[in-house]
Amino acid sequence: MSVLDSKVPKGPIKDKWTDYKNHIDLVNPANKRNIDIIVVGTGLAGGSAAATLAELGYNVKAFAYQDSPRRAHSIAAQGGINAAKNYQGDGDSTYRLFYDTVKGGDYRSREANVYRLAEVSANIIDQCVAQGVPFARDYGGLLDNRSFGGVLVSRTFYAKGQTGQQLLLGAYSAMNRQIARGKIEMFNRHEMLDVVLVDGKARGIITRNLITGEIERHSAHAVVIGTGGYGNVYFLSTNAMGSNATAAWKIHKKGAFFANPCYTQIHPTCIPRSGDYQSKLTLMSESLRNDGRIWVPAKIEDAKAIQEGKLKPTQIAEADRDYYLERRYPAFGNLVPRDVASRAAKERCDAGYGVNATGEAVYLDFAAAFQRYGSEQAKLKGIKNPSKEEVIKLGQAIIEEKYGNLFQMYEKIIAENPYETPMMIYPATHYTMGGVWVDYNLMTTVPGLYCIGEANFSDHGANRLGASALMQGLADGYFVLPYTIGDYLSNDIRTGKIPTDTPEFDAVEKEVQDKIDFFLNNNGTKSVDHFHKRLGKVMWDKVGMSRNAPQLKEAMAEIKAIREEFWKEVKVPGSGSEMNLELEKAGRVADFLELGELFAKDALVREESCGGHFREESTELDGEQKGEAKRNDKDFAFVSAWEYKGEPADAVLHKEELEFNDIELKQRSYK
Amino acid sequence: MSGFFTSSIGRKYAMALSAFFLMFFLIMHVALNAVSLFSEDAFNQASHFMGTNPLIQFLMQPVLMLGVVFHFVMGFILEIKNRSARVVKYAKNNGAANSTWMSRNMIYSGLFILIFLVIHFLDFWIPEINTKYIVGDMSGLHDGSFRYFHELQHKFIPIWRVALYCIGFIFLALHLLHGFDSAFQSLGANNKYTKGLKGFGKAYAILIPLMFIIIALFHHFNH
Amino acid sequence: MNLTLKIWRQKDSKTKGQMVDYKVTDISEHMSFLEMMDVLNEQLVNSGDEPVAFDHDCREGICGMCSMYINGEAHGPDRGITTCQLHMRMFNDGDTITIEPFRAKAFPVIKDLVVDRMSFERIQQAGGYISVNTSGNTQDANALPISKHAADEAMDAAACIGCGACVATCKNSSAMLFVGAKVAQYALLPQGQVEAADRVKNMVAQMDLEGFGNCTNTGACEVECPKGISLENIARMNREFLKASIKG
Repeated sequence: MSVLDSKVPKGPIKDKWTDYKNHIDLVNPANKRNIDIIVVGTGLAGGSAAATLAELGYNVKAFAYQDSPRRAHSIAAQGGINAAKNYQGDGDSTYRLFYDTVKGGDYRSREANVYRLAEVSANIIDQCVAQGVPFARDYGGLLDNRSFGGVLVSRTFYAKGQTGQQLLLGAYSAMNRQIARGKIEMFNRHEMLDVVLVDGKARGIITRNLITGEIERHSAHAVVIGTGGYGNVYFLSTNAMGSNATAAWKIHKKGAFFANPCYTQIHPTCIPRSGDYQSKLTLMSESLRNDGRIWVPAKIEDAKAIQEGKLKPTQIAEADRDYYLERRYPAFGNLVPRDVASRAAKERCDAGYGVNATGEAVYLDFAAAFQRYGSEQAKLKGIKNPSKEEVIKLGQAIIEEKYGNLFQMYEKIIAENPYETPMMIYPATHYTMGGVWVDYNLMTTVPGLYCIGEANFSDHGANRLGASALMQGLADGYFVLPYTIGDYLSNDIRTGKIPTDTPEFDAVEKEVQDKIDFFLNNNGTKSVDHFHKRLGKVMWDKVGMSRNAPQLKEAMAEIKAIREEFWKEVKVPGSGSEMNLELEKAGRVADFLELGELFAKDALVREESCGGHFREESTELDGEQKGEAKRNDKDFAFVSAWEYKGEPADAVLHKEELEFNDIELKQRSYK
Repeated sequence: MSGFFTSSIGRKYAMALSAFFLMFFLIMHVALNAVSLFSEDAFNQASHFMGTNPLIQFLMQPVLMLGVVFHFVMGFILEIKNRSARVVKYAKNNGAANSTWMSRNMIYSGLFILIFLVIHFLDFWIPEINTKYIVGDMSGLHDGSFRYFHELQHKFIPIWRVALYCIGFIFLALHLLHGFDSAFQSLGANNKYTKGLKGFGKAYAILIPLMFIIIALFHHFNH
Repeated sequence: MNLTLKIWRQKDSKTKGQMVDYKVTDISEHMSFLEMMDVLNEQLVNSGDEPVAFDHDCREGICGMCSMYINGEAHGPDRGITTCQLHMRMFNDGDTITIEPFRAKAFPVIKDLVVDRMSFERIQQAGGYISVNTSGNTQDANALPISKHAADEAMDAAACIGCGACVATCKNSSAMLFVGAKVAQYALLPQGQVEAADRVKNMVAQMDLEGFGNCTNTGACEVECPKGISLENIARMNREFLKASIKG
């Protein structure tokens, strides 16, 4: 028995959650008034949790580094949210959603958590509609669904291309109602810099007021972290500029285990980088792959000419194009899962076939779709012998209807008309499946310290399905945590207010203050971004889409070296007693510099390929699947939970063995 | 309805309602004046009726004056309030990029119209009041025939007055080009059913002042 | 390209600010405006100066955090975008670009180009929600059909990202497009009806209290709004407000 107790309840999987809820301890309403809860991060998970906990009667203190909870990066999710409603009558069910999620996660997630997620998914839609979220509807006034991410049913609910935004605004409105009632005290522009433990339990946090620079102490009976993922460890990602791992990393350093850091999702359809100044990457919905064909030039001299701007893609003959996904994966073609599509693009670009100045882009071509839809339309409209131009025009109209906003966005950023020339795309870091280890209650290995949403590791295994991130964030915040936290807090009804003038708070505050003082007085020579970019480059080159042992070892050494140089040479201007964006960044990058090393270490230990984690050493050696990812269920069907021991390289691995009782393990195949 | 007219939206309604009243009055006024283009007699008859009917003189006239005063005072109050909502001004502001000159300068077109109105009152209204209520001559007669048409013609002989009136009406047109739509928008009439209003508003804003100008020019050249 | 930047610098809310000139060189036309600002800041940090503080986060035009007034326009000269989506190809070599914070009494400057938009938060708290608890047994989402037209219109209103460009660009610093969008979203949906009257009255009252100016229907907000929120929403709010006031 390891030190990890997942606390998964006994019984058949479909009854676990209901039975569990029926038997956990509750806090009576009068006592809830005497209990404080801190929620850090107010995206979908944190925001929904804060609102629900406040409705229940707890006193909630919520913290966001932005000027409003409405700005959390949940807002950027475009595609939709999954729920097993079976409104389309296509045979969807809780079990199917559960199955798809576990399979999509390449069998590296905890069954019981995923089943619960699928179970509460339907409630999320009911709740959001009641809040006034304007989901898309059909002409009968009922909710519309679409199929998403290669699953066999239509279970994705959406609000134009802004589903994340609308769901977040729903949670935000629920928060606003509680803020108005005084049940949530909202701290905007505050950053959590550490957690305070008293007698081994999480009892408070230290924050910095980002406007005044003031260091503040906040106490509570429990602390909830919902601060999102750590994709910005790559410097360039589709995450927001401020998205950071500081809260998650700080609790890791105080005793919370960090699980599966190497599971990262690289999204294939992002707008490519145009130069070294690039600050972030923009994602386009992967639905584009439904109609676009991906290719690079087949001849290296054509690729070179394109990179130098001497040749245009439209000048390359059909025979000289390499539709590499269709070539390698005839069954799924351009619709292979995200990780497969991403790796294939990188493979071509590494071989020198990239199609922009940086050599890191492939074409996503809609010419065939224009043609196909065009002739279809011509027939429908009864146009006899339409000219080529007419057909293309008709086809373009259909594509515009489907993806008009994406095409427009692309044109704004790249300044090329994607109706006339193929789009360029390249993979980018998008989502991190790994995160703080939590048990069935969403509690970390520190009592009273919870972690929800993307920040925890729980539901997506080694790969996340499209439209499931929103589902998990809201499931955790609305329907799981508010119940499970009561079980813990029922022991705290006699504790009384937690004082902040204690040695524990003194000590942590001093740590925080010392670090700030260090940065401000370091007088180094290089900016914070300088180090962040270097870290990002190492991560991308050696711990990116495709990994191998020698490179991972190099990465660990290089990250450590960058980290040491960072502490010597970083330069942070300004003072601590004012808004100081460089100081904020310095603290965040310091944490990424540690996390990155653990990330590489985790990737090194996991000598198998699964989901977003691809080890070049672990591929199929022969047969139809030759060269494809090979999972190793015998040796690696476990969660890696890392215990902090000082240097990231010294972290101690604890394994939570994964049991699959309700699902049979299968190797993925897209050939 | 308590507090309605002290709220920001209530004030918009008040501005819009007084504007509607004034726009309606403008139609009456221009219609009456237009009669002078066709028939001296009819114009005299109508003028005499308007000038002596107690309902118009003692009810409509004060209401109109109140309406005018209210629209101006409210306009100024709102302008002052709105200006105070931005303490530090922009070093560079490109208003033309997103809105019409008319919409941004209602206060100036309004001010010019106010100046014009003062002159207009001095020209027509004060002498009229003087004749009727100070002197006490309610007959409307001068040398045995109605005086209204001749007085009108007489006023438009000097070119400077015609020019001033024309400029006044141009400003009125500018004011209305934004004001018409704006009043409807304030009352909440802006949706798919009201698209036609925009064209009508433009026509109104140009045709009414144009008519006034034509009348002034007509009498200048035809006395 | 090489550019001259005139940027508003202000240490904090209590200190007086002023415009300061900077030069940046070798700016690529493919850069976003904020990446150009990153280049400037890197330059400032390396020379030991304080970088220019500005709000930004998602850099893909949806979070509503970025908030600059560029050459006299909120979010700069392009349409339908936020500052983070503005690209340098909109400018020419040798241009002088004036960069100021969003200005309104209700948006006090915190530092440089960063403003405090808490007034928007308080307006939302005054009624920008539907009172429904999280219970897990709310009625089924399809129990209440809503016409596609109403749902689509509500979505268009709900697309507001709360950036404040409407206030910044309005000659009166009016927040009516922002408030109107929220009022309209709920007014269009059956779920929002129960609290409709109180909502519009409370939100408008809070808006007035915050010191925003009054709308004079110039329409500038609609043009500059990165999400194309329509003036129709303000008209709807006016109707809703009248209706609510008559009800008493």
